[in-house]
Amino acid sequence: MTWDWKVFLNDDGGGRTYLEWMMTAWGWTLAVAIAAWVVAMVVGALMGTLRTLPNSPWLVRLGNVWVELFRNIPLLVQIFLWYFVVPKMFPAMKDVPGFVLVVLALGFFTSARIAEQVRAGVQALPRGQRYAGMALGFTTVQTYRYVILPMAFRIIMPPLTSESMNLLKNSSVAFAVSIAELTMFAMQAQEETSRGVEIYIAVTALYAISAFAVNRLMALVEKRMQIPGLVVVGATGGGH
Amino acid sequence: MFGLDLTFLSWDILSKFVINGFLFSVQLTVVATLGGIVLGTLLALMRLSGNKLLALPATIYVNGMRSIPLVMVILWFFLLVPTIIGRPIGAELSATITFVAFEAAYFSEIVRAGIQSISRGQVNAGRALGMTYGQNMRLIILPQAFRNMVPVLLTQTIILFQDTSLVYAIGAYDLLKGFTTAGKIYGRPEESYLLAAVVYFVLCYSLSYLVKRLNNRIAIIR
Repeated sequence: MTWDWKVFLNDDGGGRTYLEWMMTAWGWTLAVAIAAWVVAMVVGALMGTLRTLPNSPWLVRLGNVWVELFRNIPLLVQIFLWYFVVPKMFPAMKDVPGFVLVVLALGFFTSARIAEQVRAGVQALPRGQRYAGMALGFTTVQTYRYVILPMAFRIIMPPLTSESMNLLKNSSVAFAVSIAELTMFAMQAQEETSRGVEIYIAVTALYAISAFAVNRLMALVEKRMQIPGLVVVGATGGGH
Repeated sequence: MFGLDLTFLSWDILSKFVINGFLFSVQLTVVATLGGIVLGTLLALMRLSGNKLLALPATIYVNGMRSIPLVMVILWFFLLVPTIIGRPIGAELSATITFVAFEAAYFSEIVRAGIQSISRGQVNAGRALGMTYGQNMRLIILPQAFRNMVPVLLTQTIILFQDTSLVYAIGAYDLLKGFTTAGKIYGRPEESYLLAAVVYFVLCYSLSYLVKRLNNRIAIIR
């Protein structure tokens, strides 16, 4: 078999080279992943917190239902639901762009996993932390804001890192609703050029680079946020 | 309701389109779990062997697989396997090979953690009894490690079952494809996506509930 890397300089029929197309696709992958990450973090932190509230059984239930609902349906099916079913059921959603729907799907899917980590992190704290907040006269919100969550998030940095990398990898599923991201590019360019191996190698490398970058970025945040003397016992995240 | 009409569904449609897909999804899950655990255990033993020639390739394989999206792995195998063996293979067979190879990487991490969770004393006790490496692993370490790992292995299997829907990328006929095909033929695509979601949810939720109960029972025994 011979290599033909020049394939990336060929015109794709639309006035741009395959290389340019691939870079644009990489941009879409990163855009989907970053936007979904923000959604997942905000919603995941909220839902995870709800699940640990004392004396609010209905909020705890809401959090639990959220997690079970979004964790037990495959991501691909969830993307189809957001993309096809939601706009049909709620006509007001008809004009929402596909990009936003995919971001919501990926974001909510990941939020269930983040919520699970946040709950674990909060419950890993000694009860004394909560009592300390109460003894200072903090309200529940203040206790969470100033005492519990800052500690919990530091504890769960390792699993949050792997969930963030999972999110980046999972953004590839967006190909199914024709978001012009890397996997979509790989499938189309492979068909058009018949140089599948070269195309796939480049795309795989971009995914690996992106996942590595996420890993380093999260490690940097973890280091910056570290409290001297606090030893975090490594928890590992599963799944993919 | 909400502009949807679920009445099109009948037993006829289910048996015609969905059952076959469901059976393939289950078969893929079972084969990939068993194959993945066997291969994954081998990979884990290679990494823990202390022999660089064995450990390095296993480490590269596991970390490589874990750093690329499953969809890309599915596409890679679908592209490469026919080139390597010199004849075209079906999407279903290609998906099966892919999932065994991919899941082996994830299962090997679980097995590795399981083996490392067994205390050194157990290893030394086996050695003191004059057991060989193989006997020690087979009779002392792996049985204990696997018992500890059962809940994590089952959880991974549920994730694996959900991930089988990604064979959509190469057009293999699985549970999801069964529903989408029925939806297309009867002009009810939205309803069929919704039904697929319900079926996946019921299956995965029940399974994870069972795992949770099993987990509690094992926790008491320990």
